[in-house]
Amino acid sequence: MGQITLRNVKKSFGEVDVIPSLDLTIENGEFVVFVGPSGCGKSTLLRLIAGLEDASGGSIEIDGVDATSLPPTKRGLAMVFQSYALYPHMSVRKNIAFPLKMAGMSAADAASKVEAAAKVLNLGDYLDRRPGQLSGGQRQRVAIGRAIVREPAAFLFDEPLSNLDAALRVSMRQEISELHQTLKTTMVYVTHDQVEAMTMADKIVVLHAGRIEQVGSPLDLYRSPVNTFVAGFIGSPKMNFIEGAEAEKHNAAMLGVRPEHIDIVEDGPWQGTIGLSEHLGSDTFLKVLVDGIGTLNVRGTGEVGLHTGDKVSLAPQPGKLHRFGKDGKALS
Amino acid sequence: MATLNSRRAARLMISPAVLLLLAWMVVPLAMTIYFSMLRYNLLMPGMESWAGFDNYRWFLTDPAFFAAIGNTMKLVLGVLFITTVGGVLLALLLDQPFWGQGIVRVLVIAPFFVMPTVSALVWKNMFLNPVNGLFAHAAKALGLQPYDFLSHAPLASIIGIVAWQWLPFATLILLTALQSLDREQMDAAEMDGASPLQRFGYITLPHLGRSITVVILIQTIFLLSVFAEILVTTNGGPGTASTNLTYLVYAQSLLSFDVGMGSAGGVVAVILANIVAIFLMRMIGKNLER
Repeated sequence: MGQITLRNVKKSFGEVDVIPSLDLTIENGEFVVFVGPSGCGKSTLLRLIAGLEDASGGSIEIDGVDATSLPPTKRGLAMVFQSYALYPHMSVRKNIAFPLKMAGMSAADAASKVEAAAKVLNLGDYLDRRPGQLSGGQRQRVAIGRAIVREPAAFLFDEPLSNLDAALRVSMRQEISELHQTLKTTMVYVTHDQVEAMTMADKIVVLHAGRIEQVGSPLDLYRSPVNTFVAGFIGSPKMNFIEGAEAEKHNAAMLGVRPEHIDIVEDGPWQGTIGLSEHLGSDTFLKVLVDGIGTLNVRGTGEVGLHTGDKVSLAPQPGKLHRFGKDGKALS
Repeated sequence: MATLNSRRAARLMISPAVLLLLAWMVVPLAMTIYFSMLRYNLLMPGMESWAGFDNYRWFLTDPAFFAAIGNTMKLVLGVLFITTVGGVLLALLLDQPFWGQGIVRVLVIAPFFVMPTVSALVWKNMFLNPVNGLFAHAAKALGLQPYDFLSHAPLASIIGIVAWQWLPFATLILLTALQSLDREQMDAAEMDGASPLQRFGYITLPHLGRSITVVILIQTIFLLSVFAEILVTTNGGPGTASTNLTYLVYAQSLLSFDVGMGSAGGVVAVILANIVAIFLMRMIGKNLER
């Protein structure tokens, strides 16, 4: 079980409203990712769910029970922190067993649970080391181990991968996704990295200044962002935005087109000069200065034989243009 | 950076300071050892004669010596206990957010800036005095007999005075340690179901371990040589009830005018202090390794 419902949840620190008012339902077994730029209130929201912060208003229900004023322990949730928050003076074994010890479980039961968790997370060889002797990825696994032994209703992850290097991040990302498939427990994951959001989530919640901009599956957000913020935030490289005469031709205040939806053609509507070309092998990223529009980022598949200074002709793929009104909202 | 050349230059440049410090230490030590081997009484100047280890034998068999060792230990341990326990509690209190935090923190640290002689005098005359002291007034107000602290509980009173002086030091070190505790660790422990008391026992106290050992080490070094507080308040008395090793050395050489015996006592004190220091360093080394 692990259904979390937020109703009208508010949070303010003094005069500052971090979260003005927010409604959200997280279904049982879902992998939900809160994504947004730094300072958008996503970590605060997670801490509200965890009970580490008190809500200034509204209610939080976990599995149909009002948990708004319950202390963190009673909510049956487990959290993995950005800094891992391992206890430095305890061995890995004691770290993982700590929540069980606090719950008053017998040493023998706790030991078997720790062994089981260590097996799942490949930590068997490290159980008697201290956190200081482990690498970043191993520490992260210990933190996850400490969370899973509690068999929580839901896992909360607060930017767990941001302290890891790029390669490790990709593999840990996959491990967490696999863990979710094995355990089938609700997971709430906070990140500022849209790639993590796109790859892991069943449902993405895009937050901006404490407000939910859009909720949906990764591809929903990619295909039909409701406003320019979501359009710009989801997708990498970022969507190109075009204003002015070109946008007015399409009856919009702003046009958006993703770099991968612009084709290099013989004779297209947009003519330009390549300002910068990045050849990655699998992809080629071009920065094209288009006459009358400005700079457009274009993504070519595979190796493209174009270089800085070359003239190109571009055409947006039909049906892949996003039109936005003056208020930034998408026009249908 | 550290080439052979620059290292040689560095050694050359610090050598005057090192030699000066060495001389500063070695000359008095050598003279003390030399005096401790003489029959040297200030009442009979010019009559010095070689005594060998006689001074040591007399000093170590003097009943006052055992009393002084006992008092020194009680003083050091008593003050250490009060300051570490009190320091942890005060640091926890000062770590809470409250109005006027800055001023309160400065005030808490203030006793450390008062000279030992002055604070001992203030305590003796304004607090512990059985006629005019604040405690005597308080006792009278409650209809009780005023208690003469310095004559009935001289060592305990001195422990109190010294602890009052060193409490701010311990508090300050422990407060900074407390502030370096990772908030997320506390949050994690809270999520893991630890009560506030358990969080203190399992997270805060182990985190403070290092700082507590540092406090104990530094304080022990200074507390072994407490002198001014005893001189000003009790003069080591009544009898030898509040005489520690330092005060005994002073009493031998300047009250009994026996410089030889005093010097022997000084050498014994140095040896004992070194034994304590080695013991402490081992303990600290073990604690700091983690």
